[in-house]
Amino acid sequence: MLATLMPAIEIHGLEKSYKTGFFGNKLKQGLKPLTLSVEEGEVFGYLGPNGAGKTTTLKLLLGLVFPSGGTARILGRDLNDIEVKRFIGFLPEQPYFYDHLTPLELLDYYARLSGVDPRERKRSVDTALARVGMTASGKTQLRKLSKGMLQRVGIAQAIVHNPKLVLLDEPMSGLDPIGRREVRDLVQELNEEGKTIFFSTHILSDAETLCDRVAVLNKGELKGVGVVADLLRQVSGEVEVVWQGAKAISALSALGARCHATGDTVRAVLPERLLEAALDALRVNHARLTRVTPVQATLEDYFLARVGEEKSAEVTA
Amino acid sequence: MIERITAIARNTFREAVRDRVLYNLILFALLIVGSSLLVGQISVAVDRIVLVNLGLTAISFFGIVIAIFIGIGLVSKEIEKRTLYTVLAARPVRRWEFITGKFLGLVMTLLVNALAMSAGFFAAVAFVSHGLGHGDLQLVTAIYFILLQYVLITALALLFSTFSSPLFSSIFAFATFAIGTFAEDLRGFAQMASGLPRWLMTGAAYLMPNFAALNVISEVAHNTAVQPRLILLNTLYVLVYTAALLTASVWIFERRNLK
Repeated sequence: MLATLMPAIEIHGLEKSYKTGFFGNKLKQGLKPLTLSVEEGEVFGYLGPNGAGKTTTLKLLLGLVFPSGGTARILGRDLNDIEVKRFIGFLPEQPYFYDHLTPLELLDYYARLSGVDPRERKRSVDTALARVGMTASGKTQLRKLSKGMLQRVGIAQAIVHNPKLVLLDEPMSGLDPIGRREVRDLVQELNEEGKTIFFSTHILSDAETLCDRVAVLNKGELKGVGVVADLLRQVSGEVEVVWQGAKAISALSALGARCHATGDTVRAVLPERLLEAALDALRVNHARLTRVTPVQATLEDYFLARVGEEKSAEVTA
Repeated sequence: MIERITAIARNTFREAVRDRVLYNLILFALLIVGSSLLVGQISVAVDRIVLVNLGLTAISFFGIVIAIFIGIGLVSKEIEKRTLYTVLAARPVRRWEFITGKFLGLVMTLLVNALAMSAGFFAAVAFVSHGLGHGDLQLVTAIYFILLQYVLITALALLFSTFSSPLFSSIFAFATFAIGTFAEDLRGFAQMASGLPRWLMTGAAYLMPNFAALNVISEVAHNTAVQPRLILLNTLYVLVYTAALLTASVWIFERRNLK
């Protein structure tokens, strides 16, 4: 669901530097000036390898760390306006909660802190627990729950006060495939209810399935942002050619194609611009063409292309 | 605001109770029962003095140890375990509300602990003295002063907790408590110096929390009356000192990046 009402998150030149070194005399830039906008009602994926600056961005937006420069607005309000937090839900990476409490007590505590109407509180807590399938374990102390169950409680606490914007930091990490699927479904449900979802992840398949738009971050710097399909178009441009006749392999390989033969059937992947030359080579070698299909790029291809560009630049330098 | 502070205080109290902090009461009960049975064997005249000294010192000691050991983790443990993130990041909780809630929660824990210990202590005094008299009201004053010590030490430990690791915080807190116990001697030493060192030493001595003035155990054990003026001054002193410590804690915590 993609709506264009007003930005749920507007970031202008937001940056963060940390003092490092024994005397604090060195500066490490955790986030280079970042400008980004997340529209209300969209599912936005914030991608990057570990240490890219994803968590730093979230902490800046939530006031846990203070920016070295730049500004940001959430739901139209300044970052320093604490009242906006009534409308935000947040799941930290690898959440750890007060383990002396039960999920019911924990959610009740958070609902109180969020200012949920006392008459609504019990219902809100029960609903949030039910949504993550934790009703049966509602009275078990958190210290006795598994990691996957804690992650569910983590999501429940992020939605217990019915926020408009939900920020999830690596929500799928540590979950088994079933757990990941459930979280994906829940994110979709929340989005269908009109909530804006901003989630950071390094699991690209999840982002590809869920997101309207994504941003790619590496080493504290924004590398690309846009609608998933548009981004993929930037990195595709390869075709797969399949034919009968192993004789043509050497000619295609000479063109730079990656060939793989199974019996007499050969598959080759090559850049689209070389397609004409490849077809000529197949004709010359009397190969029987079976099919030509464009290669569908994945978000992983885009991600690797963006992050890889930087790595190869470093190697060259 | 009040609801948020109350919720944080309640959670701090509940955490302490569920982490079995109140188990110290078992040790206290054993100590007080054992000593009340034993002092009777020593001498009829001194049995009450010994019991009062021992009982009040134990109430003070147990509470202060708890105040320091929990106090030093009030903020740093929340940062280390990242439980703080879900409280401050996405709830309309101001950092000063968090500090105040944590402080009140621990003070509440210590109060409940002290009430239970005091009940046992008065029962032991009644047992040894064959009942309680008007003179025993002085014991309430001594316990009140012990509560004031708890408040002060909790605020100190909390302050250290906002910028230091639990290990260093505990060293700082115990050291400050030890120095503060000899605050009046320190002030006396300062008076012996002259010139600039005298001013500096006097300033430093007055800056240290005065735990000595809050200790009237020996006086009440010997039935010496505590002046009402001292009660008033001590109350004001602890209120002002605690407010200053909490303000400093908030000031530091408000500026801290929670990495």
